[in-house]
Amino acid sequence: MPNLIEDVKKAFGNDVIEIEENYDDVVVRLTKAGYEKAPAILKEQLGFDFLSFIAGVDWMPMPVEAEEGSGDTSQPAQPQEMTFGVTGSASRFQVFSHVQSTSQHVGLTIKVDVDENDMAVSSWTKDYPGADWHERECWEMYGIDFIGHPEIRHLYLPGEFEGHPLRKDFPLLARVVKPWPGLVDVELMPGEGPQAEESE
Amino acid sequence: MTTDSTPMIDIDPRDMHHLAQAQMNVELDTGDMILNMGPQHPATHGTLRLVVRLDGERVLAADPIIGYMHRGYEKLTEYRTYPQITTLINRIDWLSSFANEVPFIHGAEKLMDIEAPDRAQYIRTILTELSRIATFILFLGEMPLQVGAITPAFYGFRDREHVLNLIESATGGRFHPNFNRIGGLKDDLPWGWTGECRRVLDICAKSCDDFERLIVGNEIFQARTRGVGIITPEAGLAYGVSGSNIRASGVDWDLRRDGPDYLSYKDIDFKVWTHPDGDSFSRYWVRLQETRESIKMVRQLLDKLPSGPVMAKVPRIIKVPEGEIWVETENPLGQMGYYIYSKGSTGPFRTKIRSASFSNVSICPWLLQGIYVPDVVTVLASLYFILGDIDR
Repeated sequence: MPNLIEDVKKAFGNDVIEIEENYDDVVVRLTKAGYEKAPAILKEQLGFDFLSFIAGVDWMPMPVEAEEGSGDTSQPAQPQEMTFGVTGSASRFQVFSHVQSTSQHVGLTIKVDVDENDMAVSSWTKDYPGADWHERECWEMYGIDFIGHPEIRHLYLPGEFEGHPLRKDFPLLARVVKPWPGLVDVELMPGEGPQAEESE
Repeated sequence: MTTDSTPMIDIDPRDMHHLAQAQMNVELDTGDMILNMGPQHPATHGTLRLVVRLDGERVLAADPIIGYMHRGYEKLTEYRTYPQITTLINRIDWLSSFANEVPFIHGAEKLMDIEAPDRAQYIRTILTELSRIATFILFLGEMPLQVGAITPAFYGFRDREHVLNLIESATGGRFHPNFNRIGGLKDDLPWGWTGECRRVLDICAKSCDDFERLIVGNEIFQARTRGVGIITPEAGLAYGVSGSNIRASGVDWDLRRDGPDYLSYKDIDFKVWTHPDGDSFSRYWVRLQETRESIKMVRQLLDKLPSGPVMAKVPRIIKVPEGEIWVETENPLGQMGYYIYSKGSTGPFRTKIRSASFSNVSICPWLLQGIYVPDVVTVLASLYFILGDIDR
């Protein structure tokens, strides 16, 4: 693992913003320029031949629908200040991907910040053709464009779908259409509630 | 029909989508035909639609269209607590639900710094391997069905049922056990289960022998599958193909042996089977050998099964500390992984679900080029995907 961190630092030079060991994994945060040349370096120099996934993350806290203590359990209460994961982030959106080496049995997570005013990063499809579907998914779920992708179009959602469902400000429709009953439907424990008092 | 699989027509895979759009090109080129396979096609195990552009019997381009079963699990996980999420992820790959639960629970346990007791780990390993056996035995029966052999499918369903009954008697659910808890298992194994398990393993071993005699040595089956749908190791890995599919291309890579330690695989001996050919036949052969290997593994685990509790001490309300983690396991269909971001709440902040079939099927446009229409079905069957695992 320490070797891998050194190798990555050497291969990417100044493009490494932060690199950290995280459980059985190494997480590296690259600049946009670094992310663009990453697939070639990862594949040819470092021997990461297997692409596991590419995905996006929205660091904005989820808008809270109900007040604390109101009995609304429709979603787990998340902290309201914006905090970023292991290697930090300079913007709301990030793209992260995972590559692995099938011969050396190591993995590497690559992160890149995506500026809200310039929602685009370069595509990895040239070196990892499997990136195609992952990038299409990320595009429709977060609205992050991938420059150089052969044809970016909807993967899961119907072609006329509007909005980006995995963004935190996109509401979960099921919870909007029918309000979550929350604690109302919780059965009372024996000996609790008005009936128990009456019988006494 | 010939089984020559070398692509006669050379097409850049990037131009494929344009070719697939029939309506636009139809007046330019009248020689090609668009064939719409699915969403309801027996070979697609669910609702996978495949738009293939044909020149005679040969496939020029194939474009899988997915999303008919998209249930938005990644969004739903943000609205659920950790114990609730196991119910969701049970339904990703419904043939081996138990194996799906393991990586997620394992990730949450690692973040919470809890370790499940030894006995729980062993039982988890046993049930994971049993779901692998159940999944593969169905495959061993179902793939010949696509080649035209009807009988093996019934054998497959019949013998799988024994394993499912076994899983049901331990967990209460045939397909969706929901048996894992953070810190261990819901229950211990029922009385007499291990003896019954050994009996079922013998049935499964016999079943494997039957399939070997019936299918693997069968001339028609070999003629239809040998040299068809060849995945080269480089292409397969770059597309993210994993599991038995990539081991059938000669890549000696199994997360049970090579990945970070999980469950009790370090305590048992097993062989990782590979096949150098990478064609449909080798994918069948590798899965057959892996089923046998799993049977041996479960026998070893039953011999070594330690006694003790099946649940560690966990807080009543499960709050996972802030952090992020990548967990991956070798599922029956390939590499299953979760990237969990936690912000110290009762539910994850974001979960990326990396499912095996998604990447295994994304190779289709590349793989199906240049093969014949009847072979499309056998190649799809040999890749062995579950639609829930593609669409999540």
